[in-house]
Amino acid sequence: MTATISTPLALIAELTHRCPLHCVYCSNPLELQSRRLELSTEVWSRVLKEAAEAGVLQVDFTGGEPLARPDLVELIRVARAAGLYVNLITSGLPLDERRLAEIVNAGLDHLQLSFQGAQEDAASEIAGTRVLEQKLQVIKWMRAHRIGFTLNFVIHRQNLNRLEEMISLGVESGAGRLEFAHVQYYGWAFVNRQLLLPTREQVDHSIRLLQQAQAELRGKVRVEYVTPDYYAKFPKACMGGWGRRLMLITPSGDALPCHAARVIPGLKFENVMNLDLLRIWRESDAFQRFRGEAWMQDPCKSCDRRTQDFGGCRCQAFLLTGDAAATDPVCSLSPQRPRVDATLAALNNPIAPSEAIAFDAPTPPAKISWAYRRNPA
Amino acid sequence: MHLEMNTRPRLAPGCRLSDSERSPRMLQMPERALRLNGSSLEIVTRCDGSHTVRQIISELQKMYSKAEPERVEKDILGYLSLLHEQRAVDFADEDAAAQE
Repeated sequence: MTATISTPLALIAELTHRCPLHCVYCSNPLELQSRRLELSTEVWSRVLKEAAEAGVLQVDFTGGEPLARPDLVELIRVARAAGLYVNLITSGLPLDERRLAEIVNAGLDHLQLSFQGAQEDAASEIAGTRVLEQKLQVIKWMRAHRIGFTLNFVIHRQNLNRLEEMISLGVESGAGRLEFAHVQYYGWAFVNRQLLLPTREQVDHSIRLLQQAQAELRGKVRVEYVTPDYYAKFPKACMGGWGRRLMLITPSGDALPCHAARVIPGLKFENVMNLDLLRIWRESDAFQRFRGEAWMQDPCKSCDRRTQDFGGCRCQAFLLTGDAAATDPVCSLSPQRPRVDATLAALNNPIAPSEAIAFDAPTPPAKISWAYRRNPA
Repeated sequence: MHLEMNTRPRLAPGCRLSDSERSPRMLQMPERALRLNGSSLEIVTRCDGSHTVRQIISELQKMYSKAEPERVEKDILGYLSLLHEQRAVDFADEDAAAQE
């Protein structure tokens, strides 16, 4: 018996993989789609109308950098006219005052501005280009328009020691909402995991600071944070459950249950060029595969938490165990949890360098070597 | 900021009612939405920056004349405080102060 299929609540419209930034934890896949494969304005417009008819409440325009699409203003207008709540997730880099006014007038409801840090040097290292000054300018323009906005800070080992400065910047910005998201380890972040994964001490400290900020700012600014699940006892309810609430459309029109789903071998994705959105939601092999509970193994299958976390993240299960139907290995009940513990132990209790290398001339501290994403053709 | 009888609540930036032709009506916010039933919808539609809390209470007391007036007032104040805490409504005077 298949599970009852709910309606999707949000559509994540990944308009392009092109981006002026090269963030070392980018959520785009390692294989970026080129510009010539991107959907046309007409197809996106149809998809947005189909989404609203299917019951979707909100569209998140994202990328890459969604402002790289010259038709963004038109797509915002179409989405809003269809009855969707329109959110734009952007680096803010390609914005100027005139373009912001255009997207606000087209019906934008909310803008989410991503931050790599609270200082130019640190932010530039993560993004691979200078970014901070422009973002601060964008905030000024947004306040003048009285548009709702969230600042999203992505946090990790290299910037957690500056968390207090990020909180201050967020409070001063006048944002209604601040989001502090620990990096999740898929795609580019998985490649750079050894440099991004925070220590236990950093995690505990950051959670204390964020809880304090949450309490102090209650009623003024909403502070939300995502904890790093490697340090959690139970897995996150990834995407609110597979195929339960969210649907992601890639630049070329493939419909995915989440950003990373393409890493799972054997999943067959439908494309919006061939099938309408609601049929994809209901019938696509990729959406059906991990819906409900039939696919679950022990310990999930008989666990009381299976209706809360839905077994955790399928992509993480695959990346860390090789089996996409396994219990998410960050779960303390998973037989594979020792793999995650080994990764954390190597980070938190590094073995002292052996005496043998003391004969070598002292070497300068190794420069961090990030794997930066490129810009697709 | 205390909720006073002459406060004029209005929806915070980024929060709005869903279109009237879509059902059920929702209060839409970044990353979430609140489903609105009869009385909550009546309250939220009056969070427009021009109705005072006193006016909202008196209009709903007339509309729900079978309910105890004190109960209606208490429920409205509770609901507005909740919406304020969730950053769904601003109280007009503090919003003006934030623009300084």
